[in-house]
Amino acid sequence: MGRYLLRRLLQLVPVFIGTTFLIYWLVWAVPGDPFAGKCGERRCPDQYIAFMTEKYHLDQNVFVQYGNYMKNLLQGDFGQTFQQREISDIILTAYPNTLKLALVALAIEAIIGLGAGVLSGLRRNGFLDNLVLVSTLFLIALPVFVVGFVLQWLLGVQWGIIKPTVSSEMRWSELIVPGFVLGSASVAYIARVARTSIAENRRADYVRTAIAKGLPMRRVVGVHLLRNSLIPVVTLLGTDLGALMGGAIVTEGIFGINGIGRQVFRAIITKESATVVGIVVVLVLVYLVMNLLVDLLYAALDPRIRYE
Amino acid sequence: MRVSKRATSAIALSAAAALVASGCSSGGDGDTAASTDGSIVVHGVQPENPLVPSNTTETGGGKIIDWMWTGLVEYPNDGGAPRNALAESINTTDSKVFTIKIKAGTKFHDGTEVKAKNFVDAWNWAAYSPNGAQNGTFFADIAGFDQTYTTDPDGADGPKKAPTPTTDKMSGLKVIDDQTFEVTLAAPTAVFPTKLGYSAFMPLPDVFFTMKPEEFGRKPIANGPVKFVSWEDNALIKLTRFDDYNLRDKMKVKDVDVKLYQDDNAAYADLLANNLDFMEVVPTSALAGDKWKTDLGDRGRSTVTPSTAFIAFPIYDKRFQNPKLRRAVSLAVNRQEISDKIFFGTRKPADSWANPLTPGAKPGNCTACKFDPATAKTLLAEAGGFTGEMVFYYNADSAHKDWMDAVAQQVKTNLNINARAEGVPTFAVFRQNINAHKMTGPYRAAWQQDYPDVENWVNPLFVTNGSSNDGLYSNTEVDALAKQASGAPSLEASHEAFAKAVEKVDQDVPSIPVYFYGQQSGHSEKIKKLELNNVGEIDITSVEL
Repeated sequence: MGRYLLRRLLQLVPVFIGTTFLIYWLVWAVPGDPFAGKCGERRCPDQYIAFMTEKYHLDQNVFVQYGNYMKNLLQGDFGQTFQQREISDIILTAYPNTLKLALVALAIEAIIGLGAGVLSGLRRNGFLDNLVLVSTLFLIALPVFVVGFVLQWLLGVQWGIIKPTVSSEMRWSELIVPGFVLGSASVAYIARVARTSIAENRRADYVRTAIAKGLPMRRVVGVHLLRNSLIPVVTLLGTDLGALMGGAIVTEGIFGINGIGRQVFRAIITKESATVVGIVVVLVLVYLVMNLLVDLLYAALDPRIRYE
Repeated sequence: MRVSKRATSAIALSAAAALVASGCSSGGDGDTAASTDGSIVVHGVQPENPLVPSNTTETGGGKIIDWMWTGLVEYPNDGGAPRNALAESINTTDSKVFTIKIKAGTKFHDGTEVKAKNFVDAWNWAAYSPNGAQNGTFFADIAGFDQTYTTDPDGADGPKKAPTPTTDKMSGLKVIDDQTFEVTLAAPTAVFPTKLGYSAFMPLPDVFFTMKPEEFGRKPIANGPVKFVSWEDNALIKLTRFDDYNLRDKMKVKDVDVKLYQDDNAAYADLLANNLDFMEVVPTSALAGDKWKTDLGDRGRSTVTPSTAFIAFPIYDKRFQNPKLRRAVSLAVNRQEISDKIFFGTRKPADSWANPLTPGAKPGNCTACKFDPATAKTLLAEAGGFTGEMVFYYNADSAHKDWMDAVAQQVKTNLNINARAEGVPTFAVFRQNINAHKMTGPYRAAWQQDYPDVENWVNPLFVTNGSSNDGLYSNTEVDALAKQASGAPSLEASHEAFAKAVEKVDQDVPSIPVYFYGQQSGHSEKIKKLELNNVGEIDITSVEL
């Protein structure tokens, strides 16, 4: 177990260097001079451009720039945006917001998706099963921005049940609707995977044995069936956290949430490699750690799985 | 900048007078009448730079700077000639040497007094080129500017660096006493006092010069009716009334929250739900079919702003050097149709070179702005036709596709030129090509005046080497007339001479005015009264609940 963990952690190093360089280089290669559009319809004074170019070492080649960036990063300095703002500040304010949103989405996915999946898996081809099938199909077919705009307009503007946008305090209660929107497509996938898995295991030998032993149905489903059917669902949920955080840009935009999606978008447009890499580095770490956690969870769910 | 306006001006003025008469009574605490307190939430976008006036050129930050600072002069909301604000008097006999006296006893938000040296130091800071201020060139009129502001001999991209200036003080600025300073210009400039209301000319407190500008800009200290409280990036900027403010335009509400939106549609949803008190420009999606009118009812308002959309010609490209061809293209554009069909009447067809809201502008002086396809065809034939493809460029990251497509289509239909419109992905790439003079076809441009005078519509756009003369238009007659106009002894004489320069421009058609911008704003139910300033921003000192 210990060696396995160490090996997995060591794998992070090349992945980390590879992704950061790739991203740094890609943003650097985006066409356009970062200061060309900065002064509106007027050309920026050469003195301003010279001042900024020197400040951000933009006259160096991309390898030197990246080297400088990594040197500072390893000392804990994320650098500054072209707006002369500390990138670490942006990361510290935007990340908790996106994480909160993603966690709410994940919770909604787990509760609704798993609940619907289990119920429909147990009563296959019943009314409920068909209802879940059709409604998940509907959710998958709808793009996130449609769900978002419709819910915002209906609940926020027409009926006045929620505020159309999330306030800067980011209260949990305000995040329920945005969380649902963000997680809506995944809810559907979770429900379907859970349904298939439950339906399959429902006919497994150990379930039949458990029922024959006279165990109460609650225990059969809750302990034996659910636990064994959860592995594919946990995989999906675990890897989804990273996807939710990276994919939150549309939801963040609709509900006015100051999260990382918006920051990355702005930074790409303005060619701020340092900001993009800074944010993505943390996102990459989230992905890797979540994958590791999921792998470790397998062992907890299924005692037959062991890591050496 | 912050004055009462429009139809309500008589009532508004008397209200303002009553407030002045009551002195600082509104400085008292919460339990005064409800109308003097309360808070509003207004729409904003994250400022691009730390809030330093001479380093802010975009509206996100510019708006907050306009609210927080009071300059020497202010621009009336109804667009008339500027009037003194912080200045007691601005005197000159020759439009070259100005003696500026400021009102005594006004304060910065940190409690220090606003003195003449705060202006002189702020202007010197901005004009010292190593400080890299975006608005540095606004001080080019002042004597000694060329000593403090050195330029790079081979441009910003070249290997050489600009020499360090020999001094960091312009010789044309002289502090006489705490309330008086003298400005000597390099050449007579009638419009100079008008410029003084622009944000680049705001005073800075002593503490600015003891810290890094970006640190100051995160917690700016100004001298206007509202002061800074806090700034949460991309989320919220909080401002509150400055109770020691003793000039005319005091705040009536107490707190102003500027909510920083990423998406106009989110802000619009908030506005509809009364969750946002003011939105300056409703999103384009709400304009279609006059949706905003149904949505907002009497909470919506439509106004005109002193901005014009142009299509500029790359005159450095020899295919566009014949004025007859340029006039033909201009005459082939049906501006009325674009205004009606694409903008649902919210933007007016352009018929003059300077925006008609600008003092000194002559309405209707663009003879090339008519729709006359027959003459256009004749002119095109006289110019020898146009071979190849005429591509109209625009930046695709903003809503320009529809009207640029329409322009290209009209040129194609009316002149039989193989024309089409093409989007350049981002504004940055678009501007980069324009700055480098690499455009291969006419391209969209827009101009919003920095300060209200026709001078701002001629010198930057049509004079050789003007700061936004990107198409490299050059006509020695225009240059001479504009020079004479700039140096005229009075504004009236200056406006007369500029009118003559514009007549020459009208012959050459270096760019074509297409439409005058309009603005559709909305406010919440709780706002009882509100005015917009001369460029369409909310005048927060006018807001009453």
